[in-house]
Amino acid sequence: MAERSFAREVRQLTVPAGTEFHGEGILAVTKALLEAGVGYVTGYQGAPISHLMDVLADAQPILNELGVYFEPAASEAAAAAALSASVNYPVRGAVTWKSTVGTNVASDALANLASGGVRGGALIIVGEDYGEGSSIMQERTHAFAMKSQMWLLDPKPHLPSIVKAVHDGFALSEATNTPVMLELRIRSCHLHGKFITRENRRPAFSLKDALENPQRDGSRIVLPPAAFMHEREKAEHRWPAAVKYIVDHQLNEFVDGELDHIGIVMLGGLTNNVQRALKLLDMSDLFGTSRVPQYILNVAYPLVEDEVVRFCEGKKAVLVIEEGQPDYHEQHINTILRRRGVGTAVHGKDLLPMGGDYTVAVLRKGIRGFLERHHPAAFAKPVTVAMPKPPAVSALLPPRPPGLCTGCPERPIFSAFKLAERELGTHHVSSDIGCHLFSSMPPFHIGSTTMGYGLGASSASAFNAGGQLGAGKRAVAFMGDGGFWHNGLTSGIANAVFNRHDNVFVIVDNNYSAATGGQDIPSSRVDNPNRSTSHAIESAVRGVGVEWVRTITRTYDVAAMRAALQEAMSTPFKGPKVVIAQSECMLNRQRREKPLAAKAVAAGERVLKERFGVDAAVCSGDHACMRLSGCPSLTLAPSGDALKPDPVAQVDDSCVACGHCGEVADAAVLCPSFYKTHKVQNPGSGERWRARWRQKLVGWLQARQQRERATRALYPS
Amino acid sequence: MNTPGSPKGEYRTAQHEGNPVTRPRSLNIAVMALGGQGGGVLVDWLVALAERAGWTAQATSVAGVAQRTGATVYYLEIVEPTPGREPVMALMAVPGDVDVLIAAELMEAGRALERGLITPDRTTVIASSHRTYATQEKVVPGNGLADSAAVLGLVREASRHLIIHDMQALALSHGSVISASLFGALAGSGALPFPLADFEAVVEASGVGVKASLKALRAAALLAVDAPGAAPLSLPADPMLTAPRPLPERAAAPALQPLLDRIRARFPRAAWPWLGEGLARVVDWQDAAYGAEYLDRVAPFAARSEAVVIEAARWVAVAMSYDDVIRVADLKTRAERAARVRAEVNAGADDVVGTEEYFHPRLEEALGVLPRRWADRLDESPHLKAWLAPRLDRGRRIHTHTLRGHLQLRLVAGLRRFRRGNRRHAEETAHLQAWLTDAAQTPDDALAAEMLRCRRLVKGYSDTHARGSSRFDRLMQAALEMRGQPDAAQRLAALRDGLLRDANA
Repeated sequence: MAERSFAREVRQLTVPAGTEFHGEGILAVTKALLEAGVGYVTGYQGAPISHLMDVLADAQPILNELGVYFEPAASEAAAAAALSASVNYPVRGAVTWKSTVGTNVASDALANLASGGVRGGALIIVGEDYGEGSSIMQERTHAFAMKSQMWLLDPKPHLPSIVKAVHDGFALSEATNTPVMLELRIRSCHLHGKFITRENRRPAFSLKDALENPQRDGSRIVLPPAAFMHEREKAEHRWPAAVKYIVDHQLNEFVDGELDHIGIVMLGGLTNNVQRALKLLDMSDLFGTSRVPQYILNVAYPLVEDEVVRFCEGKKAVLVIEEGQPDYHEQHINTILRRRGVGTAVHGKDLLPMGGDYTVAVLRKGIRGFLERHHPAAFAKPVTVAMPKPPAVSALLPPRPPGLCTGCPERPIFSAFKLAERELGTHHVSSDIGCHLFSSMPPFHIGSTTMGYGLGASSASAFNAGGQLGAGKRAVAFMGDGGFWHNGLTSGIANAVFNRHDNVFVIVDNNYSAATGGQDIPSSRVDNPNRSTSHAIESAVRGVGVEWVRTITRTYDVAAMRAALQEAMSTPFKGPKVVIAQSECMLNRQRREKPLAAKAVAAGERVLKERFGVDAAVCSGDHACMRLSGCPSLTLAPSGDALKPDPVAQVDDSCVACGHCGEVADAAVLCPSFYKTHKVQNPGSGERWRARWRQKLVGWLQARQQRERATRALYPS
Repeated sequence: MNTPGSPKGEYRTAQHEGNPVTRPRSLNIAVMALGGQGGGVLVDWLVALAERAGWTAQATSVAGVAQRTGATVYYLEIVEPTPGREPVMALMAVPGDVDVLIAAELMEAGRALERGLITPDRTTVIASSHRTYATQEKVVPGNGLADSAAVLGLVREASRHLIIHDMQALALSHGSVISASLFGALAGSGALPFPLADFEAVVEASGVGVKASLKALRAAALLAVDAPGAAPLSLPADPMLTAPRPLPERAAAPALQPLLDRIRARFPRAAWPWLGEGLARVVDWQDAAYGAEYLDRVAPFAARSEAVVIEAARWVAVAMSYDDVIRVADLKTRAERAARVRAEVNAGADDVVGTEEYFHPRLEEALGVLPRRWADRLDESPHLKAWLAPRLDRGRRIHTHTLRGHLQLRLVAGLRRFRRGNRRHAEETAHLQAWLTDAAQTPDDALAAEMLRCRRLVKGYSDTHARGSSRFDRLMQAALEMRGQPDAAQRLAALRDGLLRDANA
């Protein structure tokens, strides 16, 4: 069960044709897939396309009715391989993932798919996680499209354009026997807007027919000599077909402008911000009525030579706007123009930065440079641009990197690891992708590298040299359950068994692929009516030959967690040592349990409500607990005591009573300030009676103590 | 598509507070929030608000990994109805081009300023003055908080119109969440051309926690309407400091009156409040005689500069009332503590409430409360110690709401009467005496005051206490070496502040 429920969004998937659909970009894509008669959808969750997967998972009954097959794939490679269904059969398939990380994983399958080509439309929807807010390395998907020759659509950030791109994508794919990538940037995925719906369509070709009447075509298999033929097909047939389709259906847009001696060539996805930059330069209005002619590439790849020439011919200069590097478009446009003998000057990365987000401010600067050079008249009177003063505020602001949530079951693992390191010294730690990578942030500062999803274990491989070189310490690798099933079981653990690794492998088993939004995975310990779950990670690692396994079933037990880690790091046992740290992701747990608890309270059942607290008078204000925890609910407050100038610890109302702060204070022998309080909702009469008597007796003792203290009180109470 | 004759399909109309209003009216709104604060809900409301008035709204956000407690920026543009034409809107806030900036936390308002999203010519800022401390601020062993007052000052200077209030507390007081109070403050600010009723209708239509949200919304709207007349919010320079209480006219307990008289007779007036706090602390910690001892220890500094007397009054009290298991047991069994704990879980008088304490006393703590001779004996018998260690040195959970748990702690608290004879007391007293002797023998008043202040490093229990003490001893060593040098006081202060900022130094 994912972190968010999409009940409302799912209802929108079945609205009749002609309805105004309101929602975010990635949901519009989901609806468009059904309108396009898609036969199967798969993918791997990750921001910014997780919602596409989550909505489809919640929409299973609708999909069943339409005859659409959906599955969350084991990895992006698995998803890409699923597109093979469209190789021999005229069925439309769509896959989705976060790019470029997912595209990296999927490349092998994609290259094979693109070589043989497809019969049914194959659409690869990539969430381009580039620029501000990105959580991954800064690369663009463009290169993948070029190297395997898959067409790349980059629609305007505008819901009707995005929906149209889905329909165009399938048609282009079928017209050219080529898989098509549809690229959506983060902001486009989360863009709220509206579009008019069409009717959902059942797939024109059913996979049932494929199974019952299988077809094969040896020439589609990537083996010589067919592979050499594929390469020629790509250049001689598929490319020209694509150019013809793009021109015939006017997928790219030409926008006229009065300043016809200059022009701007840009990616569709950048349109809105370019328009805003032009507006701020007094070159356009709110409706995109521009003085500067524009050529908008809703198809980022391939470029259409004739269109490029048509736009540039007769112009003094054009500005090419594409983010990242290298400058694919600028180079290609230069080649086209030189080859055709067109003298137009081509600007791009000389005026715009090589890397980073093309924010409106960056675009405004670049376009201004272009205009100053080729249309200086625009600046006869200086354009006043209200640029704010350089901020004096920067030095005052504390950075706020993301971190583990309140009550996160992974926090105690890292607290325990820090405590284990106190005894055994610091170790080399290989990290992985997932929430657990926040261990690299304050206050833990654990982990030196992250090499990819599920690759935490394998990235410690070279350090197995420790045995050969007589090193006194082992390497430690962290991996999440998501990464484990993605590929870590084979590339990490089985590899460690085979190569007789002596490293320590910590597998964080929180029940879900948590960082991507809490989707189920094979080891999820929940009932999912559509999937087979509860496949224990311990059985899997033992199955591939690991002999030393410790499973901690409650990570919050910091002492047990520390003992397991210390043992793994120091045992004389030779071979991979696997520590499985299990506790459910707190976000999901709260989402599941909160309504149940509220219901139980309403029904009159006995329910315990717990939270933690700190005695301000006992707290020393040293904050050692925070250095070992970093829990968001563990915060600071004034001591209320003039003799204690340092702020004391305080547990705020967001506490979910996971117990970590108390366990750490105990395990690390910090201080006795922490306590857990519970309130009993709907207590029984016996319990009430006992509590009353207790309170009376304890109250009597307390009153006695208070009277005694009053004999030594200086201030009136 | 081009509009002939005009490069901009816009025209200017009436003046509005000195700013020309361009048509069609469009407003750019940025929302800065922390993951989990409900920024998404607020943006949904804003979109619904604009759309119900027929305006075009476009919203987007960049969450990325920031969804987990980090900072998130939401951006939306709304444009009045433009029949037949569709506006093209930007996907990100542009520096200098923001009409309304909503910040759900004070430092996030500062971050908006840093990004250029607040400019004096046009930005209305709706901000909550409360703080959610960043990890970097929390891990500092002393006080590592960012300077709220300075950030607020810069934000105020840069805003066209600022509405700032503790929107978090306001929302909580109405049983709602911060999105509701921010939305209400926006309604009251008049920055958007929609009446309050529209804001209310949007919240009503959202269907979750409507009643509480409406209350928070209305309260915040009222506050925003009144904002221009109200005194501007000012934040204390250090919100974590507690001022000492003035010396009481008469001591509450007659037994302490002679000590109070002695303070008035023998010490400078400036130090009275601190001596009062110190005296109250040590007599509460031990007894009235201990209070007399306290004044005896501060007395040698009474004739020195005011700063020296004040620091002596503060830190001698802190040193004399060191944290030990007796004190902890006493604090945890008090009636006012039980009342506070009950309040934390909103318990009424009849509610069943329980408290579980997390203790982990070590062998050292156990030996500490023994009479010196006994403890020394145990030290000579490693076998006995080895036998005792695992039995004593372990985590204990004590249920203070039960009679058994309460009595266990009362028993420990009762060891107070034997405290002066125990090992820990002997150690602490020796350490205290050495420090006071060094300070008293330092003729340089500034340096002596700094030496006294260094006691701030010694705090806590077990390892924390040991680490603090060793850092304190290093500082005292340095102080003695620097004695006689002209800038010794400043250098010692800098060393101490460095140690208070960095846990690893």
